[in-house]
Amino acid sequence: MVIYSLTFYLFSSVAVLSALMVISAKNPVHSVLFLILSFVNASGLFVLLGAEFLAMILVVVYVGAVAVLFLFVVMMLDINFVKLREGFLQYLPFGALLGIVLVVELGILFLTDRSSNIYNNQTPLQPIVNEVENTKMIGQILYTEYFYLFQICGIILLVAMIGSITLTLRDKGGVKRQNIDSQNTVDASTAIEKKKVKIGEGI
Amino acid sequence: MITLEHYLFLGAIIFTLGVLGIFLNKKNLIIILMSIELILLSVNINFIAFSAYINDISGQIFAMLTLTVAAAEAAIGLAILVVFFRNLGSIEVNKINQLKG
Repeated sequence: MVIYSLTFYLFSSVAVLSALMVISAKNPVHSVLFLILSFVNASGLFVLLGAEFLAMILVVVYVGAVAVLFLFVVMMLDINFVKLREGFLQYLPFGALLGIVLVVELGILFLTDRSSNIYNNQTPLQPIVNEVENTKMIGQILYTEYFYLFQICGIILLVAMIGSITLTLRDKGGVKRQNIDSQNTVDASTAIEKKKVKIGEGI
Repeated sequence: MITLEHYLFLGAIIFTLGVLGIFLNKKNLIIILMSIELILLSVNINFIAFSAYINDISGQIFAMLTLTVAAAEAAIGLAILVVFFRNLGSIEVNKINQLKG
């Protein structure tokens, strides 16, 4: 149990610190890298809670796809980041005030309302105990009970893919494209041209 | 002993950091998108903590749905960002009203 607590505090403190660095780093590339660190630590926490499949999905999807996409965009666009940071200190007092108020309110919510049902038993959080492993459990429920949600997920991803492609597709002039119609309608009369070549001369 | 509250606190702190990130980096659209990712991560932490707490796998399914939506949102957000930068040569959020039409 002590090791569990220590691991929780290790992962959560690194996750929180790197989340702090995400919003305060000067260089957006560093921000993206700290975002990756934060997600990796969160996936460690998911393993602690027994959600191994989601932990791996988090690493694959976030670190492998989303964060790399962010990194790609940050490096592709030539943005003047110094200019973008101008208002940072100006908004800092207001933002800090807002953050403190939010954290204190949420903390009060958790700490005081012990009469409600959720907080009655102070048992330590344990992974779900079952004879089948986590991935199998998810598979058994995902394709039966939550099948429609799964399909809707696919549609959401399809729409996002089509949307981002159509948004960034640029029609440049002067690009040679294949015209399949005109290729298919070619026959001997249009493809072959007869010329009389005079003897001793070229065309 | 790590109880549900610890995880809820962690989620609350990361959520607050995400909201704070939106406020502090008002001009930088990329950091704002990353802050939204942090907020969705805190949602996921809450989902999975509650899933372990009530001993039900459904919470993990919903965390997966959140992950899907977050990935779609990041893709579309970055696509809009690229178009925005192409048209204006900058990603300042206070110029974003010029995207209309």
